[in-house]
Amino acid sequence: MVKDPKPYFLYLENVHKAYGDKMVLDDIDLAVSKGEFCTLVGPSGCGKSTLFRLILGQERPISGSIMVGGKPVGYPNPERGIVYQKYPLYPHLSVLDNVLLGPRFSTGIFERYSRRKEMRDEAMEYLKRVGLENHKDKYPHELSGGMQQRVAIVQALIMKPKILMMDEPFGALDPSTRENLQIFTLEIWEEFKMTVFFVTHDLEEAVFLGTRVLALSQYYSDGRGNNFGRGSKIVFDVALARRVNATAVKDLPEFRGLIQQIRQDAFDPVHFQHVTRFNLKHPDSFQTLTEEERKDL
Amino acid sequence: MKRAAWFWGLHAEPPKWLKVVLTLLPFIILIAIYLIASHIRLLDNPDDKFLPSPTKMVESVYRMAFTEDQRTGKYLMLEDTIVSLKRLGTGLSLAAVFGLLLGLNMGLFPGMKALLLPFNIFLAIIPPLAVLPVLFIVFGVDELVKVVLVFIGTSFVIAISILRTAEKIPREQITKALTLGASQLGVVYRVALPQMMPVLINAVRLSMGAAWLFLIAAEAIASTDGLGYRIYLVRRFLAMDIIIPYVLWITFLGYAMDWILKKFVSRKYPWYQVAEV
Ligand SMILES: Nc1ncnc2c1ncn2[C@@H]1O[C@H](COP(=O)(O)OP(=O)(O)OP(=O)(O)O)[C@@H](O)[C@H]1O
Ligand SMILES: [Mg+2]
Repeated sequence: MVKDPKPYFLYLENVHKAYGDKMVLDDIDLAVSKGEFCTLVGPSGCGKSTLFRLILGQERPISGSIMVGGKPVGYPNPERGIVYQKYPLYPHLSVLDNVLLGPRFSTGIFERYSRRKEMRDEAMEYLKRVGLENHKDKYPHELSGGMQQRVAIVQALIMKPKILMMDEPFGALDPSTRENLQIFTLEIWEEFKMTVFFVTHDLEEAVFLGTRVLALSQYYSDGRGNNFGRGSKIVFDVALARRVNATAVKDLPEFRGLIQQIRQDAFDPVHFQHVTRFNLKHPDSFQTLTEEERKDL
Repeated sequence: MKRAAWFWGLHAEPPKWLKVVLTLLPFIILIAIYLIASHIRLLDNPDDKFLPSPTKMVESVYRMAFTEDQRTGKYLMLEDTIVSLKRLGTGLSLAAVFGLLLGLNMGLFPGMKALLLPFNIFLAIIPPLAVLPVLFIVFGVDELVKVVLVFIGTSFVIAISILRTAEKIPREQITKALTLGASQLGVVYRVALPQMMPVLINAVRLSMGAAWLFLIAAEAIASTDGLGYRIYLVRRFLAMDIIIPYVLWITFLGYAMDWILKKFVSRKYPWYQVAEV
């Protein structure tokens, strides 16, 4: 290990992932402290969801190590809550049953019976938080996209995960619903003191929400030459001061400037930054480059 | 703009009354042809058995369904219906339970799929009627063999249709259940299984035709009662006046069961939306 992984909640070093011959993630190094709100952006197809699945334990890297909460990743477990853009809920369960699914899974059959009222009350509390207590008996297909997403967040929250992982959770929502849910996510992040790992392709969303913005991109150069299929690396990693949860900040010049910078560093297919000159100002950021990669061509 | 066509073309919008008429039309034509043909033949030869008149059929049905059989003291048609439905129901229910468990486990556990799917496909392709003699030898010629034939004829097909749906359960749903604290069995029996129920019922509906086929074949070959037995028995006397009502009765039973299952699915599983079959 290059760094001591102990103080970090999430620790990835030298992680590579390929599908067949296609390298997708090319040496990812990432250390995330507890309580951080990490947002990850990058061009479409750069491997954000792939990295997401690796941290979740749904897939394995071809090399490198991934530690979550001080232990090797393992398989998906209640330590990591998830919210996806697609398939937010179980179609065959009512809203209330969807929320109760986690508590029911993690209690024995007797406890499930003796504590059923308590569990139900707790689930209703959570549904009230998102203003959906009157929809408890509906099936997911009877709810709007924004409502489904709120139930999905509550469904994950009730398990009190140490880290909440979200993959483009609001990607399919209209702007105002989206903004409401962004604020809601910030509120619960503060209240529950969780670590959040939030994938999005929307730069504004990433900069607005994150205490740390990461960009993943295949548009960079290194000493390995040009004509070979390299995978994505983290090309941008900065800390952001947590501001008030007001959407007004989205109009400030610093905010717009930062977005411009990320757009250039990660999204511009003709702007190739050399690996040694990435903007990695976040104090936890580190790189494990090979001698060959370091070479300037 | 011109009003949409009633019948011809891609854009046709048949009004409601026309739909009713169109539904009935082929039936009316068939009945009309039958009545005319039957009438002509009977004019020629009043004892003709090939196309019996409706009156003759009603008489026969009355004799089969509403009068006690002299020899056994039972209502034959009722008796035939009960034994046949019992065989069909037992075979199909067993096939449904077996197909569900097999299909679900193959669909979710890659190891199970590698082990069982090729074998399952092999078994599904064997024509059940071709191995009927073997079944007679192994299971005898009593009730059991008829149930077994219906079971064999439908269970592997049901298993494969469950497998195909279980495979399509998004990986994300399964991962999410694990993050909600589900065990592997919890995923199978509390996330996947409930979602398979309407699929299973629809698979059973589609297998119903095959189930009837195998039941009637088994009853025709080795039986002393049942709807299939009766049809093949009276065929010896060319008793079309019994065969035709029996066929219509079997068709009605099949239709009724299909309708009940369809209603059950839309009532019990409102979240399951597929085009009405
Ligand atoms: N299971 C898989 N098998 C083969 N290739 C895959 C697989 N999953 C992803 N890929 C490939 O890996 C690359 C990264 O995919 P990924 O879904 O992680 O991108 P993404 O950054 O999440 O994109 P988007 O912004 O569109 O969601 C893509 O080129 C994709 O084609
Ligand atoms: Mg993605």
